[in-house]
Parts: sequence; C-alpha cells; structure tokens
Amino acid sequence: MSVSDKTLKQIEDVGPYKAGFVTDIESEKAPKGLNEDIVRFISAKKNEPEWLLEWRLKAYAHWLKMPEPEWAHVSFPPIDYQDSYYYAAPKTMAERPQSLADVDPKLLETYEKLGIPVREQEMLAGVAVDYVFDSMSVATTFKESLKEKGVIFCSISEAVQECPDLVRRYLGSVVPYHDNKHACLNSAVFTDGSFVYVPEGVRCPMELSTYFRINEMNTGQFERTLLIVDKGAYVSYLEGCTAPMRDERQLHAAVVELVAHEDAEIKYSTVQNWYPGDEDGKGGIYNFVTKRGICEGANSKISWTQVETGSAITWKYPSCVLKGDNSVGEFYSVAITNNFQQADTGTKMIHIGRNTKSRIVSKGISAGKSEQTYRGLVKIMPKAEGARNHTQCDSLLIGDTCGAHTVPYIESRNPKAQCEHEATTSRISEDQLFYCRQRGIDEEEAVGLIVNGFCREVMQNLPMEFAVEAQKLIGISLEGSVG
Amino acid sequence: MIKINNLHTVIDGKKILKGIDLVIKPGEVHAIMGPNGAGKSTLSNVLAGRDGYEVTEGSVQFEGADLLTMKPEERAGAGLFLAFQYPVEIPGVQMTQFLKAAVNAVRKQRGQEELDALAFLKLIKSKIKELDINDEMIKRAVNVGFSGGEKKRNEVLQMTLLEPKFAVLDETDSGLDIDALKVVAEGVNRLRSPERSFLVITHYQRLLDYITPDVVHILADGRIIKTGGPELALELEEKGYAEFVEASDNEEAA
Repeated sequence: MSVSDKTLKQIEDVGPYKAGFVTDIESEKAPKGLNEDIVRFISAKKNEPEWLLEWRLKAYAHWLKMPEPEWAHVSFPPIDYQDSYYYAAPKTMAERPQSLADVDPKLLETYEKLGIPVREQEMLAGVAVDYVFDSMSVATTFKESLKEKGVIFCSISEAVQECPDLVRRYLGSVVPYHDNKHACLNSAVFTDGSFVYVPEGVRCPMELSTYFRINEMNTGQFERTLLIVDKGAYVSYLEGCTAPMRDERQLHAAVVELVAHEDAEIKYSTVQNWYPGDEDGKGGIYNFVTKRGICEGANSKISWTQVETGSAITWKYPSCVLKGDNSVGEFYSVAITNNFQQADTGTKMIHIGRNTKSRIVSKGISAGKSEQTYRGLVKIMPKAEGARNHTQCDSLLIGDTCGAHTVPYIESRNPKAQCEHEATTSRISEDQLFYCRQRGIDEEEAVGLIVNGFCREVMQNLPMEFAVEAQKLIGISLEGSVG
Repeated sequence: MIKINNLHTVIDGKKILKGIDLVIKPGEVHAIMGPNGAGKSTLSNVLAGRDGYEVTEGSVQFEGADLLTMKPEERAGAGLFLAFQYPVEIPGVQMTQFLKAAVNAVRKQRGQEELDALAFLKLIKSKIKELDINDEMIKRAVNVGFSGGEKKRNEVLQMTLLEPKFAVLDETDSGLDIDALKVVAEGVNRLRSPERSFLVITHYQRLLDYITPDVVHILADGRIIKTGGPELALELEEKGYAEFVEASDNEEAA
C-alpha cells in the first residue's frame, strides 16, 4: 500500500466527517473550521508520514486546552477559529484578476513607488498571466549551484518527503509544539514554508530566497520554516517582500526555527509588509509569529534583522537561545506603525553558555493612532559566566495621537554577567522638517529621510538588494502621517 | 527679483514686522543690519515660509509670483535659498544622501532631469574642491558633530549645489572665526552674478568687509529706518545702532 493510500485508509477509519465534509482527497479546499479531521486532511493531502500526523494531532489536542496569550499590549476581538479555512489550494487562473486594470489602483501606486517592474507587479498582484518566468531559469541555475555545494533548499513539504530524518530530528526542536497558542496552531495545521540545510563547512554561495520573492508569496497563512546550519557553515536568508501583500485571510501564525551548530552563522532578514488595514483601522492581517534560533554549538552566531511595516497587529519576538559557549545573538529591528496598527515586538536572548554575547538594537516609529511596544527579555542563566548584553531601544513619535512603550525584562542569575540597556524617545522636530523643505524636499520625502536616518543602524544590516527597497518602503509606510 | 510690499507679521499675537518695503533687483546684494529683536530672523523665516509666522498685511512677489502662497519646498524650487543661522542636525542621514535628495528635488521642480548617483557624485566632488571642503565631511550625518564653521560651510555648499536665484543669508557670520568667515564670504562672492541676488542679514559690519553690498538697510523695531550704500554700514559700525534708532521700543524678541 502506498503512503497516500495508507493515509486515505486512516482517514476513512476515522469515520464520517461532520458538516457534510466528504473525504475527497482530490478536493482543493477543506471546509471551514478547525477540528481533528482537518488536521488529518492536511496531513493526508501532503502525503505525510505517520509520525508527522501524530505530531500535528498532539499539537492540535494541546492547542484546544491552551489559553490565548494575553500579556501583549494589543487589543482585538476574540478570534473565531471556526470561521477560517485551513487548507485551500491557490486561486485558479480564472478566479484571479485578469489584468493590472482589475487591481486596486492604490496597490499599483505603491508598486510604482517601490520601482517594481510591471511584470513583477502582475505576479505580485496575482494577475492571471502564464509566464515562462525569467526567474525560473535563474532559479534552476541557482538550485544547481546549491546542489553542487550540498545545500538543501526546498519547501518544507518537499523536505518531509526527501529528507524526513532531518525534518524529524529538528522540527519542533527549537519551538516545541506546545510553546504558545499560536505556535501550537501552526504545528497542527502548517501548510508550507521553507527548509534549508547547509552542510558542514559550506558557505552558502548566495542569499537564499532572493530569487524567490514571487514564488514565495503563496506559502500562506501557517508558514513553517526550518533552517539547519551545520558546523562551520554560513547562510544568509531573506524572508518576505517589500511589496505590499493583500491577503483576505486575517490570521497568520508562522513558526521559524533556526539551528546553528558549532562555528556556524545564520543571518536571517525579514521585511514584513502585510496589509495593515485602511486609514480607519478596518481589516488588516494579524501577524502572530514565533521565531527562535538556537546557537547549539560553540562560537555560533544568529543574527535577526527585521523591518516590520505591515499588519494590523504584530506579535513577534525573534529570539536566540545561546547555548554554545562564546555564541552570539543579535537582533536588529525597525518597526513602523501608522493609522490604527498595533505592534508588540521585541526579542528574547537566553544566555546559557559561557561568554555568550547578545546585542539588541530596536528602532520603533509610531505615527497616526498606532500603538507600539518593544518587549524584550534578556535572561542570563547561572552557568553563563562572562555573558554580556547590550540593548538599545529608540522610539520616534510622529504626531501626538500615537503611543510608544518600552518593556525590557532583564533576568540575571549570574552575578558576573553584564547587561546594559539604553532607551530614548524622541519626535521629528519642526526644525528638521523645515530645513529639508527649504532645500526643496517635500514633507513626505523629508519624513522618510529623517526616519531612515533614525533607522540607519538597523538598515545597514540588511543585504544590499533589500536595503534600497526597504528605505523606500519606510517612506511609503508613513505616507499621510504628517501635514 | 523680489518685491516686498508693506509686510506685517505677527507671531503668537506679537507684532514683529511692521511694514517692510524692499525691492531687490537681479544681481544686487542687499544687506540688512539691525540690533537684536529688530525682526531680522523673522524676515528671513517669513520669506522661506516657516510655519507659525502670520502675515497680517502686505505682499511678497518673487519673480512676479505670489511668494506667500507657496509651500517652503516650492519656494526652494523657484530659486529661493535660506542659509540658516542655526543649521539643524539630522542624525543618521548622510550628507551625500541629503544633498542628492535636495538637488534632485529642486531639479525636478525646475523641469530638469534628476541626477543619477554617478553624475551627482561628480558634481559634488567638483563643488567641495571649489569650496575647499574636506571630503570626509560629506560622509558624515547632516550637521551632526559639525563645528560652527563646518555648519556654515555646509550651508554655502548647499547654496552652491542648489543654484538659487535669490539667497538669504541669516546671520551667517555668527559664531565664525575670521578664517571661516573668509571661506564663507568667498563662497558667496563666487556665486555673485548678474542674474543672482542676495540678502545678507547680519548684526555686525564685519561680514560686509568681505561681501560688499550694493545697498545697506537698517532694520529696527520691524521697520527699515534707513537705506544707503556700503558706507552706511561703516557709519553704523562707528556710531552704533542707538543713533539710528528713533523708535526705542525694540525689546520684542524675534
């Protein structure tokens, strides 16, 4: 019996489905709502081995009992988990907009400002055009050169089929399924995401995912990413896209796990620009992400860089567990909120090994009626001799109806550890704006310029190809925030 | 070039300018001298379009257009430049980035093609050489950690790059030592041309040793009380403001 037949058999054994749900494995959409059958359906659809189905089911059972995290400084009505679809194939050509003329002009305006080529615009907006991608051929050569080096870079569904041992060993090893309610949900119903393995001593020859900015867009609502970098290896991974992404599905709960072995280094960069809702605070994505990396081996390093401008609500704390001696964790963040956006974001640095070092640079910009919180934990365990942390949190306020909050937690159980925390809050001054405008620069561009200056320390850490677009993005995100 | 007609200004309910009349023709350099609180900085801010200055009466025509209805950036595009008395710091924004944004913003407004990074770099390199500015300066953040002299040189550099038709220098000499003063004055003199006009606002005569004005005005208590040639500045230096100031109520701070 083939694997898929076996799974089918299992599903049949479970008994009849509720609410008219037929066990039609060919169906492209699971019915609305969440229950154990949906979890089984997803797993079957992906032809997964039994251990993974069981893991998902365990996560689901745990999720049912878990309370929602309520400590973050965000407010929204309770989520009706039964009112969502948890598995749907991408839209067919016929369902998509037929040309750019059918696409929201506001969206196109933004693409224009970001300088995105028309063909790429069409792809991003999901226009039904069948391209023979240029990027496809690029992608092919790209994949070949990775293969030569022994780097595995594929979707997590493929990885489950192609290298199940690696997936089984590491999946949930950094973020266990019971970590928090959102991670738990992701573990039960994740549909896709990326998988990377870089073998010992290999320096990954290119920034991963740069060529995939288009292809990546349908990875969806419950994305699961797993990066494993073996001894002495290096990888730089880019996630997300500077172009605004519309998605009707409100809840996004992703999980990212990073594992860095001895002497390995991971650089993980994110630009998040999900739909933030309109000027009145209607709509927008809830972005509830659990990102964590472990510096498993000695002298390893994990560096997170994020530019967060989208989503109605952001709940995100990319963290580092510094287990190996002399390991280093870094977190560089720019978060921009405008209109009615809410963001509660920050990091956790857990120092376990000796001489572990961490550095946190967070730049928060709030405008409109938005609320933003930096929430960070620095925890030094008793054996972390010589551990050091430096944290710098700067907030910039635009207008007088927004909020910025800084909530640092420092927990040191080693008396010799050094923790430093600096925080500032400031405004864009009238003088700065007038100075720029006297030089011919209009108000919006001036704000963009000043804010980019404010974020410079973080932006410098972005890979080149991202940095320019991210700069423009900052200006665009703050449109309408002055004047 | 510019025609100021019976200009009255109020800040926070306080009358500062009380009827300024001033006509500057292309190619002319006018100096406005006056004691503290006369309204010198108010005049430059009103011309540049800073918020918070209410014009209650009068008009300003710049090359035939109504200057007062234009936004600050539009005035810059039209060719008005203000060299600030206290140039502001913009942390994290590199000089080159700022200058490029400014140059391209005015070029765009003037219907000229924007410069790409390479063309701009060429332009700025030639200008800083002309002005004897250390090229390390343009790698720093705008005015951050600049000495008083560096800040004023930076103003002259920006003026040179933006090629204004009419430049207002607001107490550009304040806080400068004599060497820096010379550099600034040389920069201004190099820009003097039959098409370009200047309004040099200063407290002291010193700057006018290096920038010779065509016309000198004395501003006191919001009015121009005397107008003359360059010799007026020397006379003023000798006698002091008191002799010229009839209206005694000049306590109102600008």
